[in-house]
Amino acid sequence: MNAALEPIAANLQSAPDWASRTAVASLRAVTKRYRNGVTALDHLSLELLVGEIVVLLGPNGAGKSTAVKLMMGLTSPTGGQVRVFGADPRFAGNRQRIGVMLQVGRAPEMLRVREHIEIMRGYYPRPLPLISIVRAAGLEGLESRMFGHLSGGQKQRVLFALAIAGDADLIFLDEPTVGLDVEARRGLWAQIRALRQRGKTVLLTTHYLEEADALADRIILIDKGRVICEGTPNEVKAMGSKRTALTADAYQEQPDAQVTGFKILKFETTLKREQILTLSGVTGVEGATGFVTVTSSAPELTLRELLALDPNLSRLQIQTPGLEDAFLALTGRD
Amino acid sequence: MSSSALSIPYTANSARRIVAIFARETRYEFVRAMRTKAFSLSVVGFPVMFYLLFGVMNRGEALHGQMVAKYLLASYAAFGVVGAALFGIGVGLAGERVSGWLELKRASPMPPLAYLTAKCVASVAFGLIITNILCVIGVFAASVPLSVGNYVSICAVSVAGGIPFACFGLLLAMVLPANSAPAVVNLIYLPMSYFSGLWIPISLLPKWIQHFAPWLPTYHLAQLMLWVMGYASSADGIRHIFALFGYTSLFLGAAWMAFARADADA
Repeated sequence: MNAALEPIAANLQSAPDWASRTAVASLRAVTKRYRNGVTALDHLSLELLVGEIVVLLGPNGAGKSTAVKLMMGLTSPTGGQVRVFGADPRFAGNRQRIGVMLQVGRAPEMLRVREHIEIMRGYYPRPLPLISIVRAAGLEGLESRMFGHLSGGQKQRVLFALAIAGDADLIFLDEPTVGLDVEARRGLWAQIRALRQRGKTVLLTTHYLEEADALADRIILIDKGRVICEGTPNEVKAMGSKRTALTADAYQEQPDAQVTGFKILKFETTLKREQILTLSGVTGVEGATGFVTVTSSAPELTLRELLALDPNLSRLQIQTPGLEDAFLALTGRD
Repeated sequence: MSSSALSIPYTANSARRIVAIFARETRYEFVRAMRTKAFSLSVVGFPVMFYLLFGVMNRGEALHGQMVAKYLLASYAAFGVVGAALFGIGVGLAGERVSGWLELKRASPMPPLAYLTAKCVASVAFGLIITNILCVIGVFAASVPLSVGNYVSICAVSVAGGIPFACFGLLLAMVLPANSAPAVVNLIYLPMSYFSGLWIPISLLPKWIQHFAPWLPTYHLAQLMLWVMGYASSADGIRHIFALFGYTSLFLGAAWMAFARADADA
């Protein structure tokens, strides 16, 4: 990880909120090596806390699926320890508080929706009532339909129903909104937030960064088998902007910059780069002569000073840093 | 960090709940298989059709002193039991493995044995259904003399004999790619049945086939069926029972290895 980012990461980890919450699942220095020599996870550690939505992000091949499979008990680590609710998830009995939604190519088509749900309910000691499950997954009216006769979106909703059927305290959702239209996606987001309201923990993997931004309490960014960044969506975006923006001097000045309220300012100016760097809140300046891109942690302050210095400033744009830019910057793939 | 909120509220699965899980899993596996017409009609239909064509058409005929319709009743019952296991488990499980459904089940609190037991019991149930239909046809359409003892024995052999082939199905499900599973299973099932004397009595086949047949598990199942039907042509049933035990262990061991390897490579 970029040496300049370490002070920020350290700050985030010591935030008081973290220490007081209990962990429902953890990977501790986990390594997973496959027989063909591929190392999927390399001394990776992460924790999931009570009552939060965590989104696991990372490029393909980063190790996300492996990390999730370890927590679901589907495979064993080569090194390190996996614990879910204090126990080893590889034993079926220890999975009674876990619900899972996976991308499934084909589920048994000649079973009715309610039969699928009944089977899954039966595995848990205290499942939700069928009616609640059907309502939460938006499957009213479809209970007696054969799974094979459902549309793609309806099948996704049945898979979601299976994940919540057991009233699990930890729910894994793998790409839950793939193939859903906007309305269905928003509906599912509402359900996921409702789960968090009830004190459940949700671990989500997704390729839709918009979804990560909208849902996550915390994002964990994984690449090449290691955690490279962790934080709220705003924090991750900030880390991403800082990485692209930068000078070591700017960091020295603002080691504990407010990470919310980070903005990207783009404008045309006659001011020199060195001048702009001295302004309040500026963390980085980029750009060709005339049109510059400035990242600032105190945009209003910066703007006020800029406008005072250069009354002819024009073509101003103010942008919120995107998760996608942060993602690309942090995984070094831009 | 360990508080009561963390550890499993361990309601150890009460025995009643576990039995309920096994029963539900089995019931729905059977229901699902029945509803899948492509499977249920063909796995029952083919042995019945063959028996009608070769057995019932030749009722009254005898070969080397053996009543054709009675002989073929035993051999087609074996054929049906093997088919139910290979197609029910071999093809079905392969599909579920490849599609990711099996992974979902494995990630749930379902005891893995429940899934396997359900598949086995369902395929054995189909085998029993086939055997019963053949017995009914044999007795009423071909006047096969079937004593109660014969009937009970042939049903028992259908149940017990289905198990080695259920294990064979397990092995195939682990190693076959789902797309080619039905074709490969057919390519194994049909020639294996023919060379075991399930279609044409083994005594009518060339000497070299007769010599080779004891290597095939289907041969031993067929001989066992014939033995309980009163044919002493095979040396004694115990030998065939041992052979089937051997095959069961072989298939289970190989399936276990394939499973462990898949896990390491996953």
